[in-house]
Amino acid sequence: MESASALDAPVGATVPTVVSERLARKFSRNLKERAIEALLFLAAFVSVFTTAGIVYILVKESLVFFSHVPLWQFLTDTQWTPLFADAHYGISVLLSGTITSSAVALLVAIPLGTTIAIYLSEFASPRAREIAKPVLELLSGVPTIVYGYFALLFVTPLLQKLIPSLPGFNLLSAGIVMGIMIVPYVASISEDAMRAVPMALREGSFAMGATRLQTALKVVVPAAVSGIAAAYILGVSRAVGETMILAVAAGMQPNLTFNPLEPAATITAYIVQVALGDLPHGSVGYQTIFAAGLALLLLTLFFNLVGFWMRRRYREAY
Amino acid sequence: MLGSARPGAAGLTPDASPPPPLKAESRDLSFHYGNGFKALNAITMPVHEHRVTALIGPSGCGKSTFLRCFNRMHDLYPGNRYEGAIVLHPDNTNLLADDVDPIEVRMRVSMVFQKPNPFPKSIYENVAYGLRVRGVTNKNHLDDKVEESLRGAALWDEVKQRLNEVGSNLSGGQQQRLCIARALATDPEILLFDEPTSALDPIATASIEELISELKKRVTILIVTHNMQQAARVSDYTAYMYLGELIEFDRTDTIFFKPGRKETEDYITGRFG
Ligand SMILES: Nc1ncnc2c1ncn2[C@@H]1O[C@H](COP(=O)(O)OP(=O)(O)OP(=O)(O)O)[C@@H](O)[C@H]1O
Ligand SMILES: [Mg+2]
Repeated sequence: MESASALDAPVGATVPTVVSERLARKFSRNLKERAIEALLFLAAFVSVFTTAGIVYILVKESLVFFSHVPLWQFLTDTQWTPLFADAHYGISVLLSGTITSSAVALLVAIPLGTTIAIYLSEFASPRAREIAKPVLELLSGVPTIVYGYFALLFVTPLLQKLIPSLPGFNLLSAGIVMGIMIVPYVASISEDAMRAVPMALREGSFAMGATRLQTALKVVVPAAVSGIAAAYILGVSRAVGETMILAVAAGMQPNLTFNPLEPAATITAYIVQVALGDLPHGSVGYQTIFAAGLALLLLTLFFNLVGFWMRRRYREAY
Repeated sequence: MLGSARPGAAGLTPDASPPPPLKAESRDLSFHYGNGFKALNAITMPVHEHRVTALIGPSGCGKSTFLRCFNRMHDLYPGNRYEGAIVLHPDNTNLLADDVDPIEVRMRVSMVFQKPNPFPKSIYENVAYGLRVRGVTNKNHLDDKVEESLRGAALWDEVKQRLNEVGSNLSGGQQQRLCIARALATDPEILLFDEPTSALDPIATASIEELISELKKRVTILIVTHNMQQAARVSDYTAYMYLGELIEFDRTDTIFFKPGRKETEDYITGRFG
């Protein structure tokens, strides 16, 4: 306080009443600012605290699990049968389902989302954009359970016409629908990144005789690459964490496979299954969901780190 | 102040010599923005070949609008409308005609902007951009052109060791010369500059001005500037615009020493604008 008022006082100001008045006003303002600061800190603290709490619970419960099942077995076993008498806990089984379905989803979402973003940002008339944006937002507002049944009851039968051997539950159909679900995210974030590219850059390209498509692909996309990469990473995170579509349409049997034509459980689908089931709390079988949850958390963390690294790399390059 | 700027230093011979041939001319050019605002009113003005023509006038008088007609930049935004013609010589075509492809126009009339706007690409790819856009893929040809253009923009010696670095790593003045090299690479006939030095320090400005005087051997140049001394230093012809009208066009020394119109004189001497 004192040092602040000393700084504030003009050099040579010697009238004490003026100084104290300034001090008083400053004090009340400071008080208000402090209160706001404290409030903001509290808000930040709550979210950090929640995150820390989640990690704490996951790690604590996982430790219980790993006291029964050695870590190396968790990582290397190729079977996932926690409910059988001969129990196996190989996370790679669930991981394969997660990776395969996410890969299918991204194969759909990235090309489609990027194309839509380029169209909306560089080609669409303001009127077309006005119509398309809310439609996309609507699409991202559809509950995932609806997508799940859409996959199971509409997409799978459709795919079965093409691939007669396709089982009723499969990763392909769930992955495709999951991709459709992610498209709005990828498109919207990519579009924001492209629209943020300064007009001056586009004009520079047009002034060189470039077409709209050339300008979009050779100038706008490279300039927006960090934002587009962020959109993809967010898409990956959503795919990895998606639960309902997979629980409904991909079947829930653990299956170590990278073949999208097979049914398989993902980490998330398994967690739902156990959480809703009637395994006694505290049993090793129940404890598995924490270990699986931790694996999921680490997986998302990994993708976020990759996203972070990519963004930094590209920011350096451009 | 103006006396020391030596108008005409850009290489004009005494008054008696016949004016150089025309490269282009605007005929009764009017321009309406999409919101209905008429920014240019019946401008008729010659552009002499291998000469620098400066456009001066108070802010908002339509200098940029006029300049951007020459490469049909206004076509990028809906609702803009041209009237009249800009005739390009020697082929005597109207750049603004409906059946003329703006992309073809931009291939012949290049532009350098107020703020340097290098692409998020390497120095090499920045310069090669215009050629790549035209489908040139021959590596030797590209290499030659990139070097030639960078030399033309007086940047080669500074960047020849780091052609693969991104263009935005360069200083502001270097970036602007990179943009000039980019514009030169496609051998344009006319080069448009919109206040190319307003974002640069005096030294970078001097080097760009020197470059412009050098470049007119190769191309015809139109330059918008707010800086009277700059207009006096680099240009052979000067056009004074006010409220979308061309008030006066003449040789730069005439405009600066014996302007025909009172408004021009007031603006030049700083009594206005
Ligand atoms: N996109 C636009 N839509 C509508 N009016 C515009 C647009 N751009 C410019 N104008 C108007 O056209 C007139 C001329 O603008 P212009 O940018 O050509 O002026 P200028 O002479 O280049 O000014 P400055 O020296 O400030 O760059 C101004 O009155 C301006 O407000
Ligand atoms: Mg302007």
